[in-house]
Amino acid sequence: MGRCPVKPPSLEYVSPRSLDEALAVLAENGDEARVLAGGQSLVALLNLRLARPRVVVDIRRIDELHAIAERSGQVCVGAAVTQAQLAAHPASTGVALLDEAIPHIAHQEIRNAGTVVGSLAHGDPAGELPTVAVALDAQLELRSVRGSRTVSARDFYTGYLSTQIAEDELIVEARFPVQAAGSVSAFAELAPRQGDYALAGVGVALTIADGHVAAADIGLLALGPTPLRARASERLLGLAVEELPVGEVAEAIASDLSPKDDLHASAGYRRYLASVLTERTLRTAQGRIATAAPTP
Amino acid sequence: MLNLDISVNGERRVTSAPARTLLVDLLRDHLGLTGTKIGCAHGVCGSCTVEVDGLAVRSCLMLAGQVDGRDIRTVEGLSTGPELHPLQSAFWEEHGLQCGFCTPGFMMAVATLVESGEPIDEDAARAAISGNICRCTGYDSIVAAVCRAAASISEGQTA
Repeated sequence: MGRCPVKPPSLEYVSPRSLDEALAVLAENGDEARVLAGGQSLVALLNLRLARPRVVVDIRRIDELHAIAERSGQVCVGAAVTQAQLAAHPASTGVALLDEAIPHIAHQEIRNAGTVVGSLAHGDPAGELPTVAVALDAQLELRSVRGSRTVSARDFYTGYLSTQIAEDELIVEARFPVQAAGSVSAFAELAPRQGDYALAGVGVALTIADGHVAAADIGLLALGPTPLRARASERLLGLAVEELPVGEVAEAIASDLSPKDDLHASAGYRRYLASVLTERTLRTAQGRIATAAPTP
Repeated sequence: MLNLDISVNGERRVTSAPARTLLVDLLRDHLGLTGTKIGCAHGVCGSCTVEVDGLAVRSCLMLAGQVDGRDIRTVEGLSTGPELHPLQSAFWEEHGLQCGFCTPGFMMAVATLVESGEPIDEDAARAAISGNICRCTGYDSIVAAVCRAAASISEGQTA
């Protein structure tokens, strides 16, 4: 056969058929084990040798993690569900912001293998899914041999590529709230080319009651070390939909941000994009309110 | 070492490989199918694109263990005899390649789409190939090839 140079470091690969088996491996190996779902983040890290786990735990053979279901007003997505599978599933239309954001993720080849939950676990601040999860306050169920806990996406991201997940934990499911009647959303991002990492992105979700904003959530991507939630969205509460101070809110959101200068964009440019994209998405959402069915 | 039982281009292959073997390395080095290329090794360039269970994926972003029990189609599987696949004919006729390094990845990115029997317009073709990078052609001839392949399959089906 001869010597074949390979990118990934030496590792052990296991492919358990039950959740309990997977959790046992995580418990036994702690931070030397990494969960492999779609591999679109992890295998890239392995190829660059930025990750050197002793054991990789492939979860694709665990049947229960492939489920997509609507339960109690939430779209529940199992850990092994790919981004393409969710996009194609009728349940995803119940979460319009998710439906609108998924096609922006990388390219079809990435979405065919990459998982929704894997993207949430990786927590890239430029990722569409972590930002949508934060905007919509998705709930993440984390399991370990020690038990189960549910964490809000808004509390989950603690720093750059850092999350609340413990060494022995696995996110088994992400739950996105089905949007209420009378709510609208809009998503926009700017990337140098189709499928590149976004330079900035905004997702807005507005709940409207009696022609006024009852709830406003704005998520921001690629504008900080984690997916962000804009505080200035509070300025929209209680206002009539035709009278939203879109420009003012856009400026307030941009000035609240402290992005870093980097190879791809200056801090000033990212703040400018934040303002433009916020304005664009809010106006799109306003337009969608006008065409949405009236609240009964 | 992992034991692997996979189907590659319709043929069952039973083999084994070290756990860290990438799918692209399995195909190229263990199975001798060098049509699939490694360009960037982190999923950006598209030259490693193959189909797993009918879906285009990056073979540089999959460990071999992830395809155990699954069906893989590579560029070598587009045509197994003397007759070219419509994609291959179309790329030839439209000059959709120069050095040819990116070509297998482009073809596998769009194979299922063109085989669907629906004609493809330019915008759809550009969207379908947006995950692949070509350094030689400037893309227009690739777009023309993709549209031509879809048209010929679509016409062939209605004929």
